[in-house]
Amino acid sequence: MKKALGAVAVAAAAALALSACTSGSNQASSKGDASGTINYWLWDANQLPAYQQCADDFHKANPNITVKVTQTGWNDYWGNLTNSLVAGNGPDVFTDHLSKFGDFVKNHEILPIDDAVKTDNIDLNQYQPGLADLWVGSDGKRYGLPKDWDTVALFYNKDMLAKAGISDSAMQSLNWNPQDGGSFEKVIAHLTVDKNGKRGDEPGFDKNNVATYGFGLDGSGSGIGQTEWSFLTGTTGWNYTNKNPWGTQYNYNDPKFQQTIAWYKGLIDKGYMPKLETTVGASEPDDFGAGKSAINVNGDWLLSQYKGYKGINLGLAPTPTGPDGKRASMFNGLADSINAATKNPAASTKWVEYLASSACQDVVASHAVVFPAIKEATDKAAAAFKAKGTDVTPFTQQVKDGTTFLMPITNNAAKINDIMQPAMDSVMSGKAPVSSLTDANNQVNALFQQ
Amino acid sequence: MTTTSVGARKPVRRGAGALPSDGAPNRRRRQLGDLRVALVFVAPALVGFVLFYLVPTVRGVYLSFTDYDLFSNPVWVGLANYIKIFQDKLFWNAMGVTTEYVLLNIGFQTVIALGLALLMYHVTRSTLVRGILLMPYLVANVVVALLWFWMLDYQIGIVNEILQWIGLPRVAFFGNDQWAIPTIAFVNVWRNMGYTALLLFAGLQAIPKHVYEVAALDGANRWKTFWKITIPLLRPVLLLVLVVTITGSFQIFDTVAVTTKGGPVNATRVIQYFIYQKAFSDQEFGYASALSVILFIILAIIAFLQMKILRGNENDLD
Repeated sequence: MKKALGAVAVAAAAALALSACTSGSNQASSKGDASGTINYWLWDANQLPAYQQCADDFHKANPNITVKVTQTGWNDYWGNLTNSLVAGNGPDVFTDHLSKFGDFVKNHEILPIDDAVKTDNIDLNQYQPGLADLWVGSDGKRYGLPKDWDTVALFYNKDMLAKAGISDSAMQSLNWNPQDGGSFEKVIAHLTVDKNGKRGDEPGFDKNNVATYGFGLDGSGSGIGQTEWSFLTGTTGWNYTNKNPWGTQYNYNDPKFQQTIAWYKGLIDKGYMPKLETTVGASEPDDFGAGKSAINVNGDWLLSQYKGYKGINLGLAPTPTGPDGKRASMFNGLADSINAATKNPAASTKWVEYLASSACQDVVASHAVVFPAIKEATDKAAAAFKAKGTDVTPFTQQVKDGTTFLMPITNNAAKINDIMQPAMDSVMSGKAPVSSLTDANNQVNALFQQ
Repeated sequence: MTTTSVGARKPVRRGAGALPSDGAPNRRRRQLGDLRVALVFVAPALVGFVLFYLVPTVRGVYLSFTDYDLFSNPVWVGLANYIKIFQDKLFWNAMGVTTEYVLLNIGFQTVIALGLALLMYHVTRSTLVRGILLMPYLVANVVVALLWFWMLDYQIGIVNEILQWIGLPRVAFFGNDQWAIPTIAFVNVWRNMGYTALLLFAGLQAIPKHVYEVAALDGANRWKTFWKITIPLLRPVLLLVLVVTITGSFQIFDTVAVTTKGGPVNATRVIQYFIYQKAFSDQEFGYASALSVILFIILAIIAFLQMKILRGNENDLD
């Protein structure tokens, strides 16, 4: 008994040593024994049916491989993922986010796929321009194939606009500047209504008792502000970092950035946007659905949720043009990455390639939940949305016009968030002036000096 | 803790008196003879203690002197983590926030629980009432937190609907930095007061009736009886309850983790949540371990002081 145990221990140690060797400078490859079960994780419940169908189709084409799809909400996803990767029982393949993958690369937790892309002849030009390059790490290696992309647009309550006498066409051509807010602020002010029915731009408006806010607030946006203020800062010529991806210096000290945030915070002071403290635990879309706000900025991934509110007549419009005369939207994309500790690299690579192929992306397109990365699949998704009665031009237009910019991709994402979340919360709740962001910026940049 | 020491004292005294007649060698063999049997009985607890407490604690203390990100091997850095902690504004903020929470939580919880225990003792001893009082404690922490999170929501929570109906302004219970800690403290008072009351109730029942009868004969009024009889005789139990609840209160985590996540700004970044964040989101396990060691020392000192000042190992009945 004791001997047998010893032998098992030796074997296990040998296996450990072996796997440690192999995962050193490993590259993913679809060659070798591709069979067994692979675990795949994603966070968006809306996309689960589409990817489950991809998994089923993939199993039909490769009967030896079974894909088990697991969905966890965004809030738990990253903690669970880190813990399970450390514990050695993480998923073989998981949906990866641009703001997070730098840390995974740094810790050698995901496999580069350059070899597989070369040997399996994957055409990187089939994707929307720029998307494939996002997944090249700071070490020059490729860590994912793009699966989808997103932009932001204005979601508005058509009935409230009609009541306020604002036409849908006016919504399509709003402009904004950080000084007086342009026609964008005028619309927001006019759509804000207090308890007595007075509008935000009328004398006698009671900003402390607002029934409907002109503009919804999701949160302070931390250091990224994807659905909060990035569509404004993007029009001022401001960039998050000195270069993107893999910048080493942030620019939260720039007056252009701080002026924009000051204007944004001003909406709260004027009573046009809810106070930051009221957003804790609340959901911006749900408040929109309850008629508490007239306009929201949000991403295409929430279209089905916004469409689902009963009694809400939803309108979509592109974000306003800014001081540079153009619109701006953050352009973000997801990809699938392979766990460096996977026991089944060949099957995992095959699955990643399948997810990034038109076979799967056309399926995702037909579900009309998100825009797939492959150009043709994007068009198919737009058609599928149209068939469901939604014109998604406000989202696709920014890609066609080239008015998108990328989410900042740098190292230290988690620590930057730890600094910027409280810093932006302080500013948005009025506890600190926008100039305090300069100090936060110094703290952020110090992270890159270590 | 205290109850065993109360019972253990007397046999020791008697044993000490009986000792000289027996030879020392004899006693020694007896002890060794008992050792094996004793080990068998102690083993389950001992294994658990070593595996889940001692080893992680020792390893944690070691890691607190290292720089460790979980993926590469720990690097010895000496006291660097501790020096950094004492210069870390967020650490002092966490200590302040946690202390505020503990004062509010323990203050209200103990007073309310004592009141409930006295009511149970004097007014009704119905098991049903006791069961109902215990109910919040039987619900999982996270569920309690989420339940109140929804009920206290600013826009659609029932509490704010009621406030507005009465004519009071709405309150962002979890979102306002002045309200957040009191709100979280209140949620946990609500959850734990029934359980604490039951413990105190058990302590009340252990006070001999004749003491009260004598007090009544001497003409002491209720107020005097409470302060001169009940409180002194309840002291060991009260102390046990305080040591356990204060230690638990310092480790507040789940309510914060499912509601405010440390915000707004840093208003609810309690020490345990700060440790969790440093470890699991920033992957600074060395720094987080050092924070844990500091928390451990603080809790040990507090428990020691409580025992010393409140003389927890003595009973006024002796």
